[in-house]
Amino acid sequence: MNIILIILKKIFTVTFIQKAVTQGIPILYGATGEIMTERSGNLNLGIPGIMYMGGIGGLVGAFAYEQSVAVPNGWVGVICALVVSMLFALIGGLIYSFLTITLRVNQNVTGLALTTFGVGFGNFLGGSLSRIAGSAGQVSVYITGQTFRTKIPFLSTKLGVVSDIVFSYGFLTYFSIVLAIFLSWFLFKTRKGLNLRAVGEDPAAADAAGINVIRYKYVATCTGAVISGLGGLYFVMEYLGGTWQNNGFGDRGWLAIALVILALWKPARAIWGCILFGGLYILFAYVPFGDAMQEIFKMLPYVVTIVVLVISSVREKKDSQAPKSLGLSYFREDR
Amino acid sequence: MAKDNLKKEPLMRIVKRTKNSTISNKMAVIVRVVAILLALIVCGIFIFVLTKTNPIKVYYGMIEGAMGTNRRVWNTLRDTMILLAVSLAITPAFKMKFWNIGAEGQILVGGIATAAVMRYMGATMNGPGLFAVMIVVSIVAGMVWGIIPAIFKAQYNTNETLFTLMMNYIAIQLTSYFCIVWEAVKGSGTIGTINQETRNGWISTSFLGNIFGQFNYSINVILVIILMVVMAYYLKKTKHGYEIAVVGESENTARYAGINVKKVIIRTMAISGALCGLTGFLLVSGSSHTISTNTAGGRGFTAIIVSWLAKFNPYMMLLISFFLVFLDNGAVQIASQYGLNESASEVMTGIVLFFLIGCEFFLNYRVVFRGKHEEA
Repeated sequence: MNIILIILKKIFTVTFIQKAVTQGIPILYGATGEIMTERSGNLNLGIPGIMYMGGIGGLVGAFAYEQSVAVPNGWVGVICALVVSMLFALIGGLIYSFLTITLRVNQNVTGLALTTFGVGFGNFLGGSLSRIAGSAGQVSVYITGQTFRTKIPFLSTKLGVVSDIVFSYGFLTYFSIVLAIFLSWFLFKTRKGLNLRAVGEDPAAADAAGINVIRYKYVATCTGAVISGLGGLYFVMEYLGGTWQNNGFGDRGWLAIALVILALWKPARAIWGCILFGGLYILFAYVPFGDAMQEIFKMLPYVVTIVVLVISSVREKKDSQAPKSLGLSYFREDR
Repeated sequence: MAKDNLKKEPLMRIVKRTKNSTISNKMAVIVRVVAILLALIVCGIFIFVLTKTNPIKVYYGMIEGAMGTNRRVWNTLRDTMILLAVSLAITPAFKMKFWNIGAEGQILVGGIATAAVMRYMGATMNGPGLFAVMIVVSIVAGMVWGIIPAIFKAQYNTNETLFTLMMNYIAIQLTSYFCIVWEAVKGSGTIGTINQETRNGWISTSFLGNIFGQFNYSINVILVIILMVVMAYYLKKTKHGYEIAVVGESENTARYAGINVKKVIIRTMAISGALCGLTGFLLVSGSSHTISTNTAGGRGFTAIIVSWLAKFNPYMMLLISFFLVFLDNGAVQIASQYGLNESASEVMTGIVLFFLIGCEFFLNYRVVFRGKHEEA
């Protein structure tokens, strides 16, 4: 019993919650993007790769800008990073969309190839960006990175513990939450959201009802890719402070796909889910059982996902299932 | 009137190929070759932009890197055989439309089991007995890892893609747990080469040494080639293979035909997992003699692409595995030769895969242009 108390004492601290949030936000972006994608019936296993592409895109944009002027302005750097990051992620999304929607090839195979490509692309550029530009050392965009970390003035200092827990993050953190809530509203309260869900459930019926299935699939998948890419950007800028670590992003992309299941395909549910995942992801560091046991504790997010997956499939509740056409290409003439 | 109709017709439309209009084998080969050539051109542009060297020279460097010396030929063969083994392993499940993307994890648990036997029994037990134990435990470990998601799939229709994916990470953490428990130097987190002095439990690399040189992987090669032939027979000629094909086409048809679908799913995944576990044994005992979280090295994912591109044909898998490994080993070589980051190989593999995957479209569909009417 004592040991549980010790762990709990360590967990209910401001730093633990802060760290859980910082770990959770990239996963939240990835999951939100993947939910949009999956709602259109596309299971994009390329999300981990796309997140790498988004991350390196941000670095490329900010690096090009910071190298080109003598005294870089942080906010201009932020804009450059955002634009290039979204562009790179969009390219990833377009590759996936073209192959699976237009050419109707297998989604899982395409996604896995995209992940191979994206991770390699990120590590490749991350490792050789500074050499290509002719300078030495590790690529770094310190000024832009620090600007991404800018906290909200006043709120982040004057409210004591509340400031520390709620207002101590950069703008991408708040944007991710607003975005998740907005997309939940979009999916479940608007006509277009209803259409999108219809496409994911039964594209043939949606097509018969006059919905442009191909366009919905393209827009949802590419938007999803861009949103996921922001998760990579967040990691590179706010978490690492504007530098690249080879394979630093690790398996968070796959965790994002896991979070989609935990959130039962509802973006707003992914918000608390991502903080839970973030907490589980770092819990190992707070467990006093030695190095080896820490590795066992790192299994937690995956075990939790499996449990949720099994429970939701056993319960067979209608509104907590994956979209029915998930993973299948749509060809109008198929019957 | 007729002209109006002609105008309204879209520029082109897509028609699915049916049994009567399948693509000829010759055309299928041409489409793939063109795809590979296009991919190599795109890769060439990529290389030229980055290194400003003649891509043809770079491609020559690739051949050199994959096949340049006796040692490199054997390394390429070894990697081909491992990738082929994983591809063969996932194919039965895959043909059943069971998306086992957990091969990575099944390989790792097989590898852990092998490593454990080597460590704990290597000193007291040597020779064929030791190998028998290693093979059995690696197969059982992989089988268990594969059967868990299969049971839930059969019983509750739990999504197997996501389940097997999560099982990978549990296996990876299990591996790093054992890496620490067994670590060679405290704090290193790596276990080093197992039985370095005694070489107990190592598959001999000097078998047929007077033909192939002292350093070869001929036992690995022979075992995997046998596996390939057996798998081709199993899928094409046996009752099991037929049942797998029917379940893959339509579960309802299978049920109507009196096939016990649940049983087929669980049995097939058991075979799939077992063979992945066996591949783990080949990796640990037959080439690396150690285990780490990188032992499977993403092959579980690449194998899915191999199996799918080969359309479940084991002999085609040999060809595609060789091509991908060749590409990868060659790209690693040119990366170091031209001072590129080693991830360049993944980028190039990715580009080639996009083209190879994309060209499947032309094998399954036809594009009909406006105005060309055909009799149905």
